[in-house]
Amino acid sequence: MLNRLNRTLRGIGHRVIDRIWRLGRASRFFLSTLVLSGESFRRLHLTIREMYFTGVLSLIIIMVSALFVGMVLGLQGYNTLQKYGSSDAIGVLVALSLVRELGPVVTALLFAGRAGTAITAEIGLMKATEQLSAMEMMAVNPIARVVAPRFWAGVISMPFLAALFSMVGVFGGYLVAVPLIGVDEGAFWSQMQSSVDFHEDIVNGVIKSCVFGVVCTIIALFEGYDAPPTAEGVSRATTRTVVNSSLAVLGLDFVLTSFMLN
Amino acid sequence: MTENIVEINNLSFAYNNRLLHKGINMRFPRGKVVAIMGGSGSGKTTILRLIGGQLKPSAGEVRVDGKVVHKQSRQEIYRLRRKMGMLFQFGALFTDLSVFDNVAFPMREHTDLPESVIRDLVLLKLNAVGLRGARDLMPSELSGGMSRRVALARAVALDPAIIMYDEPFAGLDPISMGVIVNLIRSLNDALGATSIVVTHDVHETFAFVDYIYFVSDGVVVAEGTPDDLSKSDLPFVHQFVHGEADGPVPFHYAAPDYRQDLLRGANA
Repeated sequence: MLNRLNRTLRGIGHRVIDRIWRLGRASRFFLSTLVLSGESFRRLHLTIREMYFTGVLSLIIIMVSALFVGMVLGLQGYNTLQKYGSSDAIGVLVALSLVRELGPVVTALLFAGRAGTAITAEIGLMKATEQLSAMEMMAVNPIARVVAPRFWAGVISMPFLAALFSMVGVFGGYLVAVPLIGVDEGAFWSQMQSSVDFHEDIVNGVIKSCVFGVVCTIIALFEGYDAPPTAEGVSRATTRTVVNSSLAVLGLDFVLTSFMLN
Repeated sequence: MTENIVEINNLSFAYNNRLLHKGINMRFPRGKVVAIMGGSGSGKTTILRLIGGQLKPSAGEVRVDGKVVHKQSRQEIYRLRRKMGMLFQFGALFTDLSVFDNVAFPMREHTDLPESVIRDLVLLKLNAVGLRGARDLMPSELSGGMSRRVALARAVALDPAIIMYDEPFAGLDPISMGVIVNLIRSLNDALGATSIVVTHDVHETFAFVDYIYFVSDGVVVAEGTPDDLSKSDLPFVHQFVHGEADGPVPFHYAAPDYRQDLLRGANA
């Protein structure tokens, strides 16, 4: 009995220590990525290439999701608002929920699933096939050459993707509210224009998506870089990217929102 | 200039609390092709990583060009590595770059040569391995032997003084193997380099190297020229050279007595 308790406690201790070690490694990884970022700006084509892979190739999934999210917002919002006789406010509802919350958050979640997993798998496989070692043996630091350009590409892409998400989402809401349901077009746009504040709403949304960009990209990069160089290791790392990024985004969203609404 | 470009003195290395090397001494004279042979898992590849400064020894030292590798700063290690070329076991070509860009990679990273000169140099290196015509292919389109040759062209892109080969024959058909053997020898002699070949292919290796070290259980158990070693009656060398299943390297992984093990039954 005592023996089993002992073993359980020891197991828990090991896990906690492991997690803390990993967190330390991740922080050091993040710092050295920042320190070695010079290369990714001096040789901009490396970063631009990665922006194509993370940003441009994510466009389709982001825009299609945004369209549907906006359309659903339009339907649900109208359904509720008309009970209170304020269905003209549908434009405001759609725009605010997208710009403040759904734009940055859903974009980050989709980004983690689409671009994050690709980054993790790519870097994990580069490690497993000794490409990173080979680079090191050629006196080229893989963090400067491989990690940093991907990091900045992700960080730069995210706010643009989130902005596009909000834009397409608003269009989706418009499609449902105005042509389909018949809300007055003038009321839809003018109420939106007067109620959405640039600093309060848009800037805060952009700040959120920048933070999510840093977090999602660095998690994806670290998981790939830290993955055991085996097929199983890479597949687990890919899963962890999605799980950790999603949890981090949702948790941070709460923290950021509470600061912003304060 | 030291006589030996690489020297390993009394090197010990522990991995996961297991002592992989226990006091190894090796000399790699300039201009020679030297093989490190031994069974799988005997830490041969680790020796290459220690020479390249990717790992630090637990005791002892590795000297490259007279400098103790693990005592150099990171920058200094990078400077040493520019004198080295390494061929990884399966080539380790960058999968997102074409054959041409793979070979051009070290040149673009370390030199300010104009693109026209780089093109000439890349074609020269690719021609040396017979793959000038494959320059536009991607690594996924190459056979195992071809990617090994491209990796070799990349390893010698900056005309290194030391070329290291990690299992260059693993998984190759006999023709590709012969091609690689010829390339190792001819590149070594043409560049005036020193080659270190980690391998366990006895017949190919004995035919073309100048000197051989046998590593087993973390120590050098035998060394000498191929002629000396093929006549050797040391039990390990004999077993290895003739590929015998049992000998100093036992067939059975350490286990309790077979009879006892069976008698104990399933519930033990």
